[in-house]
Amino acid sequence: MLNLRLYMAQRITALIMAPLTLGHIAVMIYAVQGGLSTGEILGRTQGSIFWFAFYGTFVLAVSVHAAIGLRVIIHETFGMRGAALTTLSWSIGLVLFAMGGRAVMAVTGGGV
Amino acid sequence: MDGQSQTMDVSVWRGGEDGDYQTYQVPAYESQTILDVVSWIQQYEDPTLTYRFACRVGMCGSCAMMVNGEPRWTCRTHVRKVLTDGAIKVGPLRNLPVIKDLAADMDPFFDKWVAAGGVHTPSASRNEPIAPVDPDGDDRVTASAGIECINCSVCYAACDTVAGNDDYLGPAALQRAWTLYNDTKHDNRAGILDAVSGTGGCHNCHSMGSCTFYCPNELDPMAAIAGLKRETARSFFRNRKG
Amino acid sequence: MMRPARAHPLWLAFVLHRVSGVALALFLPLHFYVLSLALRAPERLDNFLTFAELPLVKFAEFGLVFLLAVHTAGGLRLMAMEWLPWSAPQKSLAAGAVGFAVLLSGTFFLQVI
Repeated sequence: MLNLRLYMAQRITALIMAPLTLGHIAVMIYAVQGGLSTGEILGRTQGSIFWFAFYGTFVLAVSVHAAIGLRVIIHETFGMRGAALTTLSWSIGLVLFAMGGRAVMAVTGGGV
Repeated sequence: MDGQSQTMDVSVWRGGEDGDYQTYQVPAYESQTILDVVSWIQQYEDPTLTYRFACRVGMCGSCAMMVNGEPRWTCRTHVRKVLTDGAIKVGPLRNLPVIKDLAADMDPFFDKWVAAGGVHTPSASRNEPIAPVDPDGDDRVTASAGIECINCSVCYAACDTVAGNDDYLGPAALQRAWTLYNDTKHDNRAGILDAVSGTGGCHNCHSMGSCTFYCPNELDPMAAIAGLKRETARSFFRNRKG
Repeated sequence: MMRPARAHPLWLAFVLHRVSGVALALFLPLHFYVLSLALRAPERLDNFLTFAELPLVKFAEFGLVFLLAVHTAGGLRLMAMEWLPWSAPQKSLAAGAVGFAVLLSGTFFLQVI
């Protein structure tokens, strides 16, 4: 259920996320030392254009990547195809983007 | 192994899609292939058993079946190699419709071969001089790597992507497309990239490598499909630029 | 119908990639929801973070990090295989190397934290 365009979208978002993922893991290893608190997380991220761009890009890329990946798995596992499959994959992508966008706004927006 | 007096239990698929396995007692010999065993059943137990074979020496690609759950060319599969607890299970090739008993319907397999752009389009007629081909040239070496395919459909039966996606062209057809793409005497190379870029095209491959793992001729369809992905991706960026 | 016995290395790599992908996709909405609490209900996020200190939750987190690392490394291997014009043996070697590295670093990571 992948044509060239979906394949390219899948691979390009993957390439974008490769360094972001490694960065994310590095931040996690650093951040969890000594436990996590809301104040600590927000102190690092709130009002930061860098973290907004970092996680904003991450959310956009992962929404596209996960939607296409799940589309393939749903087709291969349940045999769904056509308009139903397209609608479902778009919904997955949009829901992820909306939820992810809200999380990014909550963590990096406002404050300062 | 066993002497001639001993027998083994051979379960063979009988009937169409909703058939079942039936077990036969077949004499065990020192040296015999799965095809020998199937032929013995057909000749001495049940002449109505349907199966396919032609050359018996691993050249024609017509005798592939599922043996103990794995796709194999039966004429070159020694019983001793696959016998488990004195028993063998032989079924029709996976991922293809069953016609009867051990004969699978090969139509989808060959239709996809054509759909992937596998028909050669000559770039010159017989009236023109023969263009020399350097056997050591990069293109030719790449093409040659896949030309020993005998169309046995073992890779097609082994592939889980084919199992989950009816439209997927499958390893054999895509490898054929890749050899033609690298054939300097093929006149429609761009057409191949189009043919393998659709809904059922090379981009559906998950590189799980069962094709390469099971290919009886030790070809590498997975690498061929990766080549198609590389060239289609390259053409994608080229087209973007205009 | 019969299914082939196919527990060969690349097939297992495919399964690992698929399972980790699905697990991460299912985890994401939860992850996003919890983070969005930061703005709407900071005290609930703090409660959650305290809950996340439990050993079992910690262990689940390490699992998630491992899945993310494995999915990333496995994906990079696939893309190298597809897009870099290497010959087959080199690809197998690269695959083996990535697999080994992921295994080693994953184990290391689980030990350290």
